[in-house]
Amino acid sequence: MAEEIKYTPQTWPEHPETANLEGKNKFLGFWLFLGGETVLFASLFATYLALKDKGPEGMTFTTQSLFSEGLPLVFLMTMLLLTSSLTSVYAMYHMKNFNFRGMQTWMAITVLLGLGFLALEIYEFYHYVHIGFYFSQSAFSSAFFTLVGTHGLHVVIGLGWIILLMLRNAKRGLSVYNAQKYYTASLYWHFIDVVWVFIFTVVYLMGVMG
Amino acid sequence: MGHDTHVVVAKNKTQYEYARRKRSHHMQMQVVTFAIMIFLTFIAFATVAAGMSAFYVAPVILLLAAVQVVLQLYYFMHMSDKGHNMAAFFLYSGALFGFTFIITFLTIVWW
Repeated sequence: MAEEIKYTPQTWPEHPETANLEGKNKFLGFWLFLGGETVLFASLFATYLALKDKGPEGMTFTTQSLFSEGLPLVFLMTMLLLTSSLTSVYAMYHMKNFNFRGMQTWMAITVLLGLGFLALEIYEFYHYVHIGFYFSQSAFSSAFFTLVGTHGLHVVIGLGWIILLMLRNAKRGLSVYNAQKYYTASLYWHFIDVVWVFIFTVVYLMGVMG
Repeated sequence: MGHDTHVVVAKNKTQYEYARRKRSHHMQMQVVTFAIMIFLTFIAFATVAAGMSAFYVAPVILLLAAVQVVLQLYYFMHMSDKGHNMAAFFLYSGALFGFTFIITFLTIVWW
């Protein structure tokens, strides 16, 4: 960490996330990673679409029987995640205004909303397993849990990442050294929401329609 | 790390006020974007909850999802800002592979 410059709101760069070479590289590399993540999720979506409602002879689970009842809950999860996307936009707004406390506060709100989403998802999965729709029950269940579970894993990683960033930088204040780290984490968080929009539409909404 | 490509320049009062106002205006636009996304999600949910024919509803909610994703990418993730050509290239390359996967799986995998 060779960042010695003490910034003020007047000298703080317009784009602090790409103010040095490391930031520029990280920005480019992270978007390449997101391109890869797109491929990962697309392959899981493809698998799910090919295998949904498919399973052993006599299987009674269908997307309609599973998702109809809990659709309002999934709608609430979507709202939580979408709102957490906005709160991380607020965090980046404060970052660009050189307001460290504002950024930390909005990141903390993002984490709380993310935790709410995660709690509901764990409840949902618990419910499915409880009624006999466990991971190895059918091709359908495996494809479902792999797709939605991989997204859930991304939420867990995103939350852990943001919490660690907030703790590690709590006493450091804002610099071009850590601004790029927060910016990257917020991009990741938005991407998680992008994937969820498709899960909500393709898995749940289209599942309920049958 | 070193290699700073940014030269530290202090903004004068006018420049600083201008930049602040611009950011604040930008933030207002983000809130509008958010409101649109919430609205689209609600419409999608409501059309499905109303139990209309899947033949009509499916393309509509897929379109609503696509619009939301575009808003998320271009506004929340700043792809509409300058210097995002490579970002768009990476993402669209990934999406191109992704669509190929989905079309392939839907046509060659059967039970």
